Amino acid sequence: MFGKLSLSAIPFHEPIIMGTLLMVSLAGAALLGWVTYQRKWGYLWSEWFTTVDHKRIGVMYIIMALLMLLRGFADAIMMRGQQAMASADAAGYLPPHHYDQIFTAHGDIMIFFMAMPFITGLMNLVVPLQIGARDVAYPFLNSLSYWLTASGVVLIMVSMFVGDFAATGWLAYPPLSELKFSPTVGVDYYIWSLQLSGLGTTLSGINFIVTILRMRTPGMTLMKMPVFTWTALVTNILIVAAFPVLTVTLALLAADRYLDMHFFTNELGGNAMMYVNLIWIWGHPEVYILVLPCFGAFSEIIATFSGKPLFGYKSMVYATAGIGILSFLVWLHHFFTMGSGADVNAFFGIMTMIISVPTGVKLFNWLFTMYRGRVRLTVPVLWTIGFMVTFTVGGMTGVLLAVPGADFVLHNSVFLIAHFHNVIIGGVVFGCLAAMNYWFPKAFGFKLEERFGKYSFWCWLVGFYVAFVPLYILGLKGMTRRMNHYVNPEWQPYLVVALIGAVIIMAGIGFTLLQIVVSVRNRAENRDLTGDPWGGRTLEWSTSSPPPFYNFAVLPHVEELDQFWADKEHKRAYKRQARYADIHMPRNTGVGVFMGAFGTAMGFALVWHIWWLAAAGLLGMVGSFIARAYDTDVDYYVSGAEVEKIERARLVPSQKLVDHVDPASAGQKVA
Amino acid sequence: MSSSAITANHDVIAHGADEHHDDGSKTLLGFWIYLMSDCLIFSALFATFGVLANATAGGPSGKELFDLPYVLGETMLLLVSSFTFGVAMLNMHAERRNKVIGWLFITLLFGAAFVAMEIHEFAHLIHEGAGPDRSAFLSSYFTLVGTHGLHVTCGLIWIVVMMDMLRRYGLNDAVRRRLSCLSLFWHFLDVVWICVFTIVYLRGVL
Amino acid sequence: MQVVPTTHPPLARLKESFVNKRSLVSTLRWSCAGAAVFLSGCNMEVLSPKGDVGMQEKSLILIALGLMLLVVIPVIAMTLIFAWRYRASNTKATYAPKWSHSTAIEAVVWTIPCIIIAILATITWRTSHTLDPYKPLDSKVKPITIQVVSLDWKWLFIYPDYGVASVNEIAFPTDVPVHFEITSDSVMNAFFIPQLGSQIYAMAGMETQVNLIANEPGNYAGLSTNYSGEGFSDMHFAAIATSQQGFKDWVNKAKASSTQLNVQAYHALAQPSEKQGVSYYAAVTPGLFNNVIQQYMSDMSMNRIGTPPPAQASAIPSPNDHAKASE
Repeated sequence: MFGKLSLSAIPFHEPIIMGTLLMVSLAGAALLGWVTYQRKWGYLWSEWFTTVDHKRIGVMYIIMALLMLLRGFADAIMMRGQQAMASADAAGYLPPHHYDQIFTAHGDIMIFFMAMPFITGLMNLVVPLQIGARDVAYPFLNSLSYWLTASGVVLIMVSMFVGDFAATGWLAYPPLSELKFSPTVGVDYYIWSLQLSGLGTTLSGINFIVTILRMRTPGMTLMKMPVFTWTALVTNILIVAAFPVLTVTLALLAADRYLDMHFFTNELGGNAMMYVNLIWIWGHPEVYILVLPCFGAFSEIIATFSGKPLFGYKSMVYATAGIGILSFLVWLHHFFTMGSGADVNAFFGIMTMIISVPTGVKLFNWLFTMYRGRVRLTVPVLWTIGFMVTFTVGGMTGVLLAVPGADFVLHNSVFLIAHFHNVIIGGVVFGCLAAMNYWFPKAFGFKLEERFGKYSFWCWLVGFYVAFVPLYILGLKGMTRRMNHYVNPEWQPYLVVALIGAVIIMAGIGFTLLQIVVSVRNRAENRDLTGDPWGGRTLEWSTSSPPPFYNFAVLPHVEELDQFWADKEHKRAYKRQARYADIHMPRNTGVGVFMGAFGTAMGFALVWHIWWLAAAGLLGMVGSFIARAYDTDVDYYVSGAEVEKIERARLVPSQKLVDHVDPASAGQKVA
Repeated sequence: MSSSAITANHDVIAHGADEHHDDGSKTLLGFWIYLMSDCLIFSALFATFGVLANATAGGPSGKELFDLPYVLGETMLLLVSSFTFGVAMLNMHAERRNKVIGWLFITLLFGAAFVAMEIHEFAHLIHEGAGPDRSAFLSSYFTLVGTHGLHVTCGLIWIVVMMDMLRRYGLNDAVRRRLSCLSLFWHFLDVVWICVFTIVYLRGVL
Repeated sequence: MQVVPTTHPPLARLKESFVNKRSLVSTLRWSCAGAAVFLSGCNMEVLSPKGDVGMQEKSLILIALGLMLLVVIPVIAMTLIFAWRYRASNTKATYAPKWSHSTAIEAVVWTIPCIIIAILATITWRTSHTLDPYKPLDSKVKPITIQVVSLDWKWLFIYPDYGVASVNEIAFPTDVPVHFEITSDSVMNAFFIPQLGSQIYAMAGMETQVNLIANEPGNYAGLSTNYSGEGFSDMHFAAIATSQQGFKDWVNKAKASSTQLNVQAYHALAQPSEKQGVSYYAAVTPGLFNNVIQQYMSDMSMNRIGTPPPAQASAIPSPNDHAKASE
């Protein structure tokens, strides 16, 4: 009836997990109670959960990402605590089985459930607004993608309390991840949570490619697209090209574990190296999937706050596309030490270095955007400058690791850990937080507090260096990754410093949360009535904040790269219309929620071998999808009169801003 | 592509509507991209098969297992089904609803016969002790061919749904759009099967 | 301080290719010295190698870093200077609100990274070949072969030429190349002695190789660098580089051991265990290492160690091209 599931699956004997469960349950109960008390369930359901509005889906993605940042960071600081303690063969406070799950979960959560939702959320929020569209190409699919990602999140969170998670490292290399060496359900949780969210990501990738290719506003040719949209386009192409490989790889691993097949086993002709190749054919493009939209966000930010167009737009576009293509030709640099032979190693090493050329060009372009500008040192700009410095260092250590001869002594060391945190924190996390500060007023109509934003930035920046410079050094001292304890007491001081760095980062996260809370509380003071709080250049700033659900009453016409800037310069912005046409909009639907719920049930059932439930979940998913196909009431028209009413209400304050196009004066308004 | 999209938008604007009126081209583009990603799934499976093709681990090889005439029969069924689907599409363009349903039904029969033959083949192999758990070669064979079979099965379900929609709604825009996608899907599976036939069976036997 | 990069023979050799670019060389020397000073506060095993392979790798790291710093330092400096100079409150600075293109600058920012990467690529191509772990080391002395089996969670070392074996400890004479043949009888691991140089993966059903040499006697830490499960953290071993006499003594110590590594002893050893101590075997069943590899390469029966190896299945790629096979 319940497959392998029994009460013994709950780790009652693990005080840390039970304490966490208690805390999560209490917080969850409090939240649910509060929502019930406020009678907000109906509102949440009809306005948020069932929404097909890209802006709200984007906000929900980012909320998910921030929650998962907390979970992933809790794992991180537990690891740092363990390593700071477990010197000279001391046991520390985490036994290997628990510790191994924690570093696995940390990697998976941060990549799949923090970084991915964050950038998907940003693309949802921003791309349609930047290209002057009213929604994405397939609004329902967008909602479905979100809820499939959410079901992956639910599974990975449940794994903490029911059963266990994979203790294999974040990519679950076989043969360790095979049934013979990992007989518990941990790897199964890994497989199904990633498969569900991966499906969501692929669908969202298709959605955005079509959105960007087919739904740009009249006049916006490809070379007049804002850079963020360009990076989003390349990222989504990478998603569609890379995620199917992940799907296959995990499916083959699942076939080994569930159907006794022999793709990656030691026995009967299995080939574990094939898994390593396949997973990195997905894995390396994945890195660029994450970082490219952040590059896009930095480009928008640096241009806006320098009061100048982006330097070398075309270079930027070609560099982005070049990085996208090259990212598929470098995967082998993740395992130079597998004995591939000198020619193969050298080829992949050199391909990897070549990527640093377009990346370097991007850095120069950002530099020369600031050059002869009026750089307003707001929070998003601080993140951007912090990024430029930090990412350069990370890029340097990355190219170093791309030299096979150097990698032979640095591979799998904590030097490598320091390197990829250097680029992922410095690039992706800084980028996401910069973008959040930059586009928050667009989403909510009020700005985030500057003061706590700055505290957060400085804590993250300082914390990052304090946490990871010791790891660089330890890597050079020969410390390898994923150690639960170690013999050499010389390593301990560095690990204690790294722990202090993690604590400083924790303060940074705390300030970010505080920043959000304080900003919401003081939203009246930070209200932005203009829709254009920063002196923006691209179309998303031409509509109100938050934008009406239809985004644009009249689709803007584009003739220049920074169309909105030019409109403001020529006093053409905020044009009033005599009459508004009816607007065609998609209707909200709960099918995405249902399919996500069925998907969660199916994933959970597959993990525990509850076959009837798995079948029911699958049937539910397919059935809901087919039922949706029969639903003919999927859209409606907003009448022109209704649009006019909404537009009249908002245009009044905006009109006053037409004169304020000088960014310096806008900057003083900010300060 | 982009310029045509923009002109299309221009026309739409001129007619006072907006971009949410999908003439089907957006759906078809999205479906093409989906097919490309599906194509990558098959590519990865083919690559896996290529790596493991000789990893028989002392078990039977393709030469000993595959019955080429039988597989040729499967191939013919699928090719004919593609042809009958084409006839259904011609009838769709000619606005003959009942004929569309009829030809879809014939396609369904051929497709179902294909799946049945494949299941029979699998059952036979497993019965002979050449199941997917026997060797890495057989794992990759069953997975590659089985994934194709699973796709065909999904296609069959889709055909049934479309037949029902045709009966209920007739040839409206949504139904046409979906039939066009299904048609792409069905022909795509045909192409994949040709690759399976060549790379797995022909290369395995010859 | 052990880092004296500018006087190192391999570094000098690498530098010869740049002799006509004096300024580049001096900059390199400057940056290497800078890095050395920065790093001299702590003893870094990877940067204080005790063998030729490790030394070449250290030089390579420092040269690559030096080359990249040529771009990295200006970029970081320009970032900070531009951000400060063109801050909004500094109204004295030039403001060019329309300026967004300069062919000259674009040409420079594409060319400079290209040149640096071209130099680095040349170095990479050459060192990938000279430092290929499979390449036998240049030496007049005949190398010692040590066969390495990674087990859950310990290292088994077999000396085929001496007929002895050990767990979690190896010894070899200094200035004699050591040829390691490596496999795994479990999950993936990686064999690494940081102070001697290159690491390489240990994988079941196949053999990887690495050639190392120690030029100074010492007791060097060795470890697995690829996570392999619960007992991974204790998978370390001692690598003793000693004199010829010391090595003989070590072999004799092993020969004096009361246990032999036959098939039964091997199976007992292969059972998962953690924090395994050092042990020695006076004799080893001939062909044990090959049997460990072959058991995964044939048919259904497991644990066939001790029976004659069957013909090699073609599914397992030869060590030097397995990555190619998986492409």
